[in-house]
Amino acid sequence: MDGAHDMGGVPWSGPVAPEPDEPPFHAEWERRAFAMTLAMGMPGGWNIDMSRFARENRPPADYLSKSYFQIWLAGLEQLMLERQLIAEDEIAAGHALRQAKPVARILTADGVVAMLHRGGPTEREATAPARFAIGERVRAKVIHPPTHTRLPRYVRGHVGTVEMLHGVHVFPDSNAMGSENPQWLYTVTFDGRELWGADGDASVRTSVDAWEPYLEPAA
Amino acid sequence: MTSHQHHDHDHSELSETELRVRALETVLTEKGYLDPAALDLLIETYETKVGPRNGARVVARAWTDPSYRARLLADATPAIAELGYAGRQGEHLVAVENTPELHNMVVCTLCSCYPWPVLGLPPVWYKSAPYRAKAVKDPRGVLADFGFELPETTKVRVWDSTAEIRYFVLPMRPAGAEGWSEERLAELVTRDSMIGTGLPKQPHEVA
Repeated sequence: MDGAHDMGGVPWSGPVAPEPDEPPFHAEWERRAFAMTLAMGMPGGWNIDMSRFARENRPPADYLSKSYFQIWLAGLEQLMLERQLIAEDEIAAGHALRQAKPVARILTADGVVAMLHRGGPTEREATAPARFAIGERVRAKVIHPPTHTRLPRYVRGHVGTVEMLHGVHVFPDSNAMGSENPQWLYTVTFDGRELWGADGDASVRTSVDAWEPYLEPAA
Repeated sequence: MTSHQHHDHDHSELSETELRVRALETVLTEKGYLDPAALDLLIETYETKVGPRNGARVVARAWTDPSYRARLLADATPAIAELGYAGRQGEHLVAVENTPELHNMVVCTLCSCYPWPVLGLPPVWYKSAPYRAKAVKDPRGVLADFGFELPETTKVRVWDSTAEIRYFVLPMRPAGAEGWSEERLAELVTRDSMIGTGLPKQPHEVA
């Protein structure tokens, strides 16, 4: 979707403000919200693209007014409410008001190391040859799906060069809706002037990782 | 609204988030979906075990062992696993090498994708609008925000992590650290030098 999360090149941002010796968390609630998000993936059963869509699918003013972990929290609540693992009145009450929905499994302390080590590899077996070759010129399609996509707006319609081929990976646009639909994944590199016109820096090249359905021959 | 009321409003909003997180954890634990001990362990892992010192060891190894450097640049995931780092948000790793002619910078314009096993959790600025907006359009401006400048002859290559491939930068080894052990070299490697928004420390800074 064309949301506020799609920030590449937007003109309203200011200088980057690094914090010296920054800790991983700035408040206790951030620790708990982060850890709950990781732990609830197991009983919740959603995938990473469903999580990303739950975070980004909100009005721009809401997205931009929340801190990063507040966005995670809102996304987590959304995923749990949709699946009726929890209800709004229970959050308000601070206690469970009805029976738990049966879940396949939960993350216990003794499962943490294995869960983190396993991660979530997205590469899958290829069932068809790649359409594009390294060095080939391709155009990022102009698309505006209302659903999840990982093709940022700033490259849409622009021509780049295939620089890497990463094999076949789960396709986020489908995976966010429950179907892996794996596709060839490429690194496509664009010149600064191609992306930003005369305002671009000709000494800069920028790439995105793009699945095959995002691309067409540049011809 | 007076400024005093406004202050109270901000304060209650903060507390609201804290209370909501506490309420959620209670409800989810009561329902049997969460093991609070698992949360403690997840937090401890990312506060004490998984962080940029892991990546620094990878870089120091690459600086001292040419065959390791070659393996790292050819296929980073198994090369990094040799040092024991793998898993969540590092399932498919790619190392990109800085040279006098080319400086690499990593960003995620759409969210906050970051190579956790080697760098830990991303800093706030990496997840912020200014970095996500500017890195792909004006990376030299980003470097200026971090207080340094590249030679005009050095080209800049920006990697927007839009898929599950996780990029990290192999910075150039500073001069003046000849003969240093791998452990000592690792002290020169900063987190920002592995994102591409900084350079390694100079030997005199840690000597």
